[in-house]
Amino acid sequence: MRKTFSFHGGIHPPENKAQSVRTPIADAGIPAQLVIPLSQHIGAPASPIVAVGDDVLKGQMIAEPRGLVSVPVHAPTSGNIIAIEDRVIAHPSGLLAPCIVIASDGKDDWLAHTGSADYRALDKPDLLERIRNAGIAGMGGAGFPAAVKLAVKPGTAIATLIINGTECEPYITADDVLMRERAQQIIEGTKILRQLIASEETLIGVEDNKPESLVALRAAAQGTGIEIVEFPTKYPSGGEKQLIEILTGKQVPNGGLPSDVGVICQNVGTAVAIYDAIVLGRPLISRITTVTGDGVEAPQNFEVLLGTPMNYLLDKAGYQPDKNNRLIMGGPMMGFTVPTPEAPIVKTTNCLLAPTEAELPSPPPAQACIRCGMCAEVCPVTLLPQQMFWFAQGKEFEKLEQHNLFDCIECGACSWVCPSTIPLVQYYRASKAEILQLRSASEKSEHSRVRFEARQQRLERETAEKEAKRAARKQAAEQRALTAAEDGGAEDPIQAAIERAKAKKAAQLAGAENAPENELEKLEKAVVTIRKRLDTATAKLEQARIEGSDLVVALQTGVDKTAAKLAAAQQALHDYQSANSAEPPHKEPADAAQVAIARAMAARAADAGLSPQEKAQAQLQKLQQRLEKSRAKLAEVRADGAEDKIIEALASTVTRLTEKISAAQDQLNELTDA
Amino acid sequence: MALMRITSPHAHGPMSTPRVMQNVLLATVPGIIVLTHFFGFGTLVNIFWGCIVAVACESLALTLRRRPLGFYLKDYSALVTAFLLCIALPPYSPWWLIAVGIASAILLAKHLYGGLGYNPFNPAMAGYVILLISFPLQMTSWAPPRGVGELPGLLQALQACFLPATYDATTMATPLDLMKQNSSLLVEDVWLQNPQFGRWAGIGWEWVNIAFLAGGAWLLYQRIFTWHAPVAMLASLALMAALFYDGGSSASGGSPLFHLLSGATMFGAFFIVTDPVTSAVSVRGRLIYGALIGVLIYVIRVRGNYPDAVAFAVLIMNFAAPFIDHYTQPRTYGHQNTPGEN
Amino acid sequence: MSELLAQYPVFAALIALVGLGTVFGALLGFAAVRFKTEGNPIADQVNDVLPQTQCGQCGYPGCRPYAEAIANGEAINKCPPGGEAGIQALADLLDVDFIPLDEEHGEVKATVAVAFIREAECIGCTKCIQACPVDAILGAAKQMHTVITSECTGCDLCVEPCPVDCIDMLHEEQSLRTWHWDLPDPVSRQVDIIATDALAERSAQDEAA
Repeated sequence: MRKTFSFHGGIHPPENKAQSVRTPIADAGIPAQLVIPLSQHIGAPASPIVAVGDDVLKGQMIAEPRGLVSVPVHAPTSGNIIAIEDRVIAHPSGLLAPCIVIASDGKDDWLAHTGSADYRALDKPDLLERIRNAGIAGMGGAGFPAAVKLAVKPGTAIATLIINGTECEPYITADDVLMRERAQQIIEGTKILRQLIASEETLIGVEDNKPESLVALRAAAQGTGIEIVEFPTKYPSGGEKQLIEILTGKQVPNGGLPSDVGVICQNVGTAVAIYDAIVLGRPLISRITTVTGDGVEAPQNFEVLLGTPMNYLLDKAGYQPDKNNRLIMGGPMMGFTVPTPEAPIVKTTNCLLAPTEAELPSPPPAQACIRCGMCAEVCPVTLLPQQMFWFAQGKEFEKLEQHNLFDCIECGACSWVCPSTIPLVQYYRASKAEILQLRSASEKSEHSRVRFEARQQRLERETAEKEAKRAARKQAAEQRALTAAEDGGAEDPIQAAIERAKAKKAAQLAGAENAPENELEKLEKAVVTIRKRLDTATAKLEQARIEGSDLVVALQTGVDKTAAKLAAAQQALHDYQSANSAEPPHKEPADAAQVAIARAMAARAADAGLSPQEKAQAQLQKLQQRLEKSRAKLAEVRADGAEDKIIEALASTVTRLTEKISAAQDQLNELTDA
Repeated sequence: MALMRITSPHAHGPMSTPRVMQNVLLATVPGIIVLTHFFGFGTLVNIFWGCIVAVACESLALTLRRRPLGFYLKDYSALVTAFLLCIALPPYSPWWLIAVGIASAILLAKHLYGGLGYNPFNPAMAGYVILLISFPLQMTSWAPPRGVGELPGLLQALQACFLPATYDATTMATPLDLMKQNSSLLVEDVWLQNPQFGRWAGIGWEWVNIAFLAGGAWLLYQRIFTWHAPVAMLASLALMAALFYDGGSSASGGSPLFHLLSGATMFGAFFIVTDPVTSAVSVRGRLIYGALIGVLIYVIRVRGNYPDAVAFAVLIMNFAAPFIDHYTQPRTYGHQNTPGEN
Repeated sequence: MSELLAQYPVFAALIALVGLGTVFGALLGFAAVRFKTEGNPIADQVNDVLPQTQCGQCGYPGCRPYAEAIANGEAINKCPPGGEAGIQALADLLDVDFIPLDEEHGEVKATVAVAFIREAECIGCTKCIQACPVDAILGAAKQMHTVITSECTGCDLCVEPCPVDCIDMLHEEQSLRTWHWDLPDPVSRQVDIIATDALAERSAQDEAA
């Protein structure tokens, strides 16, 4: 006998398992229509690879995985795709989710498939690929893609492979009957898993309330080296972390994975699915589901195709809707209520519980917490639920996290024992969700802050760059003015000296004030000066020509040069002017936001304190103003002969605004009438 | 019927707050029987009158606070407070004493803080201490036990309660009183000179304590509370007594057995210290809470001004409970440290 | 000296007080130098609490300027996106009383919205790009613009400048990803109000059944 350990707390609720194991697994048959949700597992939903109207064969892949943590979906029977749309799924919210709907043709024709009985010849990546392609997600309830879980980080040694046959929740017997009837397949599947992860020891953990399963498994495991471990029944032994503690005495570190303590856990149902996938080549298209509760006449286990509507299965067991107060997918401790019985069976549907009011009464109003501490006694992760309840009520999220709220596995043991019937688990679920939302909100706000500051910096940088460019242009112009003065004054050194002095002074002046007007003035001055110089030079040239001086050639060159300089100065002035006139809209880009804020503020201020009627009136006026603006703009662009697209857009704006105005008018009329 | 949409779990265990309270009430029965046997009908009359006042006060408070009467009265918490306070009061107390005590307990110590579950102090003990400080004479006069003095009958008991002016009570010092007042005699001589002492502690008292121990054991068996706080309290009280018991000199405070079976020791250990609302919550916290109460009981009994000390010790530790809780959070699964440490 | 003191005890008191004052003054002065804080940590902390939508509804050009204003004594109730929770957090941080939101600056919106540009109608004027405080709009002149949803803070500032009115504020719908259980209904939690009704209802149901 292997030594087993125990975990803190735990409860012993009435098992209620006997009623559904009286008969062997029944075949649920093929319903007329199957609704297959694209997301039946944790991770990204699969994306469909078939179209409406396609014929599919049983086992054909109809949706492929998207991303690493995702698995494909297969057609559970042959038929025709009649819709790919949002349908009600098994989720407590009652929200819709994308599903593929297949009308079955009743022939149940298989896609050609071959397995490989000799799985020993297959290497690890190949095995993983096959498991992933078979669409296998954990069948114990959470539905984590099996291949992802099995693909441990390289270098992590897995000492122990644990196959979970605990099934600690009351009512559920799906794994129990599976172990009784298909022990051989479980052992075969376990052997594949063992080969895959090369574990030192392989354990199958079963609670001692399933003696038949233990006998069957022990017989099948004879001589395989797989150890069947029996341990005392206690809820929630089947929780992965709890089972690991029971079998190995180790605790999975906070925030870590089982592989961190050298353990990998898989459900018995998953082991069978892996056997089917590798040895028979069949993808995961059916599962065993317990239908139980006093709301059905014949509680039993069914082998059911995925996508089968729940009411089809319930009817097979003699469902009495009038006696049933809630429909639960999963067990009474951790299962969730299903909004309608039309929801489909999925890979994680291990149980459908249809209890009567007498069996599971509606929760009475909660009484005051008397801090009796029974919840803390039963908590399998050693939390202090009563303290967390106070903090959850007061929304003291920091305290909740300090009390390790996120270690709560939501097993429901605390709520079960609570003498004041406080829905503790709901408090924790809601608080967890709220904390996560706050976290993402604060991440987003931090991100926005960074973006805002980056933008602010960019605007500053742009302004600085513009400033630098302006300075550079100014310098260039000065340089030009200087050289022009030098060249132009070749004939007249005194004049040149004066010009130089002037230029210097101007430069100093500009340096001191550095105002754009100054710059403009200077450029203008330069143009005027050069023009004057040109005039003088031309006059001199004329005179020299008349006099027949031999200086004519030299003077001619001077005139030419000065003329070129004038052109350059004029160009600089023009550039500057056009640059300046182009600048204003871009001058302070930060202003646009400011202006928008100011506008919004003004609008809001105007809105405040207005009666609805006045508001409507104001709204109408605003719209009319906008319409006029848009019309004017439209006329303008038409006149300019702008692109058709722009004209079109403006035209549609005008139409839309007209519509809005008439709507606002109606509203105003209504208000006035009222 | 429309399908319900509620969060898991859908099943609920058999325990309920009214049932917890009923069990506590039931567990006091052996103690009450023994009290009645040794001290007459006084305690029964106390309880009878106390329950009436308690229900009236609770109803008044609930009405003033606009809470549904039926829903809250059904939790039996007012009756538990009445039972516990009336057991602690001396038998043959006058009606007004009981009424003041119960009213303080329920109106001041409980509803002023927000009702059941929100009170920081044990209501019964708060009421008891208010009475002890306000009316020390009435609160320290105990009837002589059967075999030592004459036991009054039921009629006299009713008279003592409702027409206190016409009733002339015979009272006697309790063994704890005698022990404290002793300044020169050896313990053995005190024992011999006073008829109130029995085999291990006082006549009657030893059996009353044993009866409450039995009731407490039954509650433990019913898993109404855990063993930690009461056992820690009894152990630390016995340890303190053993440490300072020098074999019976005049300065010694009595043997461990004497302390365990005297006064309100067992009643306090199983019915007061275990009050979940006002005690520490974690296992370690309850051990510390109980142990410190035991130490305080011994210190106050032997060194303090009052003969018995359960009420004071419990109230003092009620103050400390949140602090103890803060530092005794258990280590969560998979964590290295306890939450208080990081 | 001691005789003088004995004769005029006032001096003794005076000397003692002056001495104490000197010692403690020196201590405080030392502490002020030794533990000097850099920058304006209050403004930083306030800025951390603000929602960073940069919407300007408070009247300041962004959250940071408002944070600085709050640090200098501005009212804490001018931030509609932060809502009551935000004001409460600020009140806790600054140890001042909670004051209700100043409605003048806008109302609290139930859900966060995200701007969406109807791209077919966008004429590429870049007006919205200039208005966006967090650079969440992508585009160039005469090119279609689009909003980077993950960056948008829902501040509304781009709606007004759009000349063709092609920007909508879309509210996120509840999805399977965002759905979660709410805290138990406060009404049923406060048994005060409905407990009796609920019980009466149930017994009526039981009778009917």
